[in-house]
Amino acid sequence: MYDITIIGAGIIGCAIARELAKYNLKICLIEKNEDVGAEATKANSGIVHGGYAEKPGSIKAKFSSKGNSMYQQLNAELNFGFVQTGSFVIGFDEKDATKINELFAYGQKNGVPNLQIVDGNFVRDKEPNLNKDINIALYCPTAGITSPYEFAIALAENAIQNGVELKLNSKVTAIQKSHDHFIVTTNQESLTTKIVINTAGLYADEIAKMVGAVEFTIKPRQGQYLVFDKDQGDLINSVIFQVPTAISKGILVTKTYHGNLLIGPDATPAPAKDYLDTASQNISEIIEAAKKSFPDFDLQKVITAFAGNRAAATTEDFIIEESKIKGFINVAGIESPGLTAAPAIATYVSEIVAATKQVKLSPKINFNPYRKAYHAIANMQEQELNNLIKQDVKYGCVVCRCETVSEGEICDALHRNIPINSLDAIKRRTRAGMGRCQSGFCTPKIMEIIHNELQIPKEKITKKGGKSLFVFGRTK
Amino acid sequence: MKSYDIIVIGGGPAGMAAALAAHKNQVKNILIIERDQELGGILNQCIHNGFGVHHFKKELTGPEYSDLVALELQKTNIEVMTDSMVLKLGDDKTVHVINGKLGLIKIKAKAIILAMGCRERTRGAIRIHGARPAGVYTAGTVQRLINIDGYMPGKKVVILGSGDIGLIMARRMTLEGAKVEAVLEILPYSNGLTRNIVQCLNDFSIPLMLSHTITKIHGKERVEGVSITKVDANLCPIKITEQFIPCDTVLLSVGLIPENEISRAYGIIIDRKTSGPVVGELRQTSKEGIFSCGNVLHVHDLVDFVSEEGDLAGFGAAQYIHNNLSPDFTHTTIPGEGISIVVPQKINAQNVTDKVKLFMRAKKVYTNCIINAYIGDKLVAHKKENKFLPAEMVYLTIKKEDLFNNANAEIVIKIEPVK
Repeated sequence: MYDITIIGAGIIGCAIARELAKYNLKICLIEKNEDVGAEATKANSGIVHGGYAEKPGSIKAKFSSKGNSMYQQLNAELNFGFVQTGSFVIGFDEKDATKINELFAYGQKNGVPNLQIVDGNFVRDKEPNLNKDINIALYCPTAGITSPYEFAIALAENAIQNGVELKLNSKVTAIQKSHDHFIVTTNQESLTTKIVINTAGLYADEIAKMVGAVEFTIKPRQGQYLVFDKDQGDLINSVIFQVPTAISKGILVTKTYHGNLLIGPDATPAPAKDYLDTASQNISEIIEAAKKSFPDFDLQKVITAFAGNRAAATTEDFIIEESKIKGFINVAGIESPGLTAAPAIATYVSEIVAATKQVKLSPKINFNPYRKAYHAIANMQEQELNNLIKQDVKYGCVVCRCETVSEGEICDALHRNIPINSLDAIKRRTRAGMGRCQSGFCTPKIMEIIHNELQIPKEKITKKGGKSLFVFGRTK
Repeated sequence: MKSYDIIVIGGGPAGMAAALAAHKNQVKNILIIERDQELGGILNQCIHNGFGVHHFKKELTGPEYSDLVALELQKTNIEVMTDSMVLKLGDDKTVHVINGKLGLIKIKAKAIILAMGCRERTRGAIRIHGARPAGVYTAGTVQRLINIDGYMPGKKVVILGSGDIGLIMARRMTLEGAKVEAVLEILPYSNGLTRNIVQCLNDFSIPLMLSHTITKIHGKERVEGVSITKVDANLCPIKITEQFIPCDTVLLSVGLIPENEISRAYGIIIDRKTSGPVVGELRQTSKEGIFSCGNVLHVHDLVDFVSEEGDLAGFGAAQYIHNNLSPDFTHTTIPGEGISIVVPQKINAQNVTDKVKLFMRAKKVYTNCIINAYIGDKLVAHKKENKFLPAEMVYLTIKKEDLFNNANAEIVIKIEPVK
């Protein structure tokens, strides 16, 4: 019997798993996909928000600035990538100024440190390539950028290091309450657990429904984005928002953690939870809107477009509570700023777990908070790199030329404690295939490496699990 | 630090030709750096024939062409470093190169020849929307999977773009048992060589749908089909013409982009039209001692021209090593009416032996026209063809004396109707 079963290994599930791994508990983390962080976690802005945009008193407000303050320490332990770049909400006219003042007041109430209202010159000084007509801005020095999927991967790897069991490709099909415990059935097995934590993101309502803990519905909200090559990312230093609308934080323009330019998202109701198509109409509108912040990006440098669906709950706020079913905890409706709030939510969930009295939270003496970083040769100094290549020649063999990723990094990804074998999973860990050629050159090479390292026939290698196969068999 | 007279970056046809030419012109110390495990570049996966008609006066396959050149290289003392990736050019012409054997090392060169080739334009770059399943490939990737690795990446294929690689792959996939449903081309004419349209599509009854494009890709895991439409004169999709074609593979042949990341980082001036360095008559770039040739300079349609350009760059680099290269430029070439690109963009008449060849492409299809090159009012070269196609590179030859006899520094090239 498990003490805790967490359903859904997105950023929230992974953060909770890693937090609870600090205690002597038998924990299982269940994920239906072939990798962690493979849904909303991999397709968002990657912004660690300041915490000024949420209405004071809301659950979102309670966790976002607190979550932000935890990133520095977590990154030092887990090496997933975080930089405090600061953010601007830019304004052009009186109406914008009113909204910016309102956000400033929100920020004060939410305890966001060092917020400032600044003039156009201040903005231009920090961001010389933005629209010259910017008059006013809200400057939030604590905001930053992260790599959200790498954060989830790092959390999960560290959770596993500390005893959590991760079950991939496991889709929960039923949950039964049986007096003091639950029976969770997946497409792979049946397991028993004292506590269930529902972090199923877009599907949290369906999971809750299985046990009769439905108190909300998830209405997926889609956001589309456009990613540009790094020479465009070099033109921006921080996160640039326009004043928010009723449903979104406003079209943003940002450098990503790895240096690309990212613009988006829009916010439209998604026709289905797994509908992730991009559309030219949406992308055109995003381009037009983004030009208002940053007029001169080069559309010839577009690398790709993507869409992500946010798990917005009908309650319009985060739901983090033990449901009416004793021992069944819902952590749902975690839309933006869920990534920012994740670390704070995880700590709070451990308090909820303790409060259930179903399990005892005694600290694990040998908890290891550190997760090994990848040896990313693209960012290495000569001496360090040469020492590494002396130990393992594979670090001298460049596989992905656009992002300078070596065979050593890819092998590292394949042999860590999360068993992966898809190209997208490798891409999220190493960036191989993330660059301007979009894996045109490295796909055959990476297939070869997977085949050699894991003895998987090439006919079974996938882009992202399931039937996303690359090849159908041998030539004649 | 190890040093060479000339380091050639890239061991494809351009780099090999450049190294050989420099060697013939008495340069002693030459190194070719190649990222793949053998020389030849993309030729190694081009197992079809049609290479070498101009250069070797016979029809060869890609690997045969490459082998012939590599054989010549073996007879020389030109050094070759394979499985090695150049990461950047450092100050004072140091080449930063990495491989498993030596690690990251710096090698010094007196002259550098850039011959890194090009990459394929991707789905993201041309913004085809819809879902993001497996099965969307660039033509070159499919060519590699089939011809080198021996795997079939699809059974039912729609090809977007009628560039040569797309046409070649339509035939190749058909021969391997796949069904190519159609080749779509957004323009009203094909961007491939005529011979490829005949031999790769017509001979296999594969429909070429001009003025058509893919508007949406369908499929969650693997491609399940594409929505296609006709486009209007502005290349905008006409919604009511939309139809669905079931397929498991989308193959893109939508253009090539010279890979100049290293060049840009070194501060070499790039021509926005060619996406390659601005070069002179001997393929010298804006940075002294750095030369460029082949598809990294501008995208060629025939490897024969790539070799020719390699020769020129190798000769130029040798002149530079021997202090025989006159710096600065006397003339600029200007693509005028109807011309999209001209290479070289600059000329120094002092360095021209007896004539200079200008390579160019037409912006669109022109019939019954003539390409004229003027210096001031004077017509210095012309070429008449029944048809000028953007897909087929054209060249004009200007005599050295015409450069000297005209004080005007601009050479304007235009397409004009035959009078």
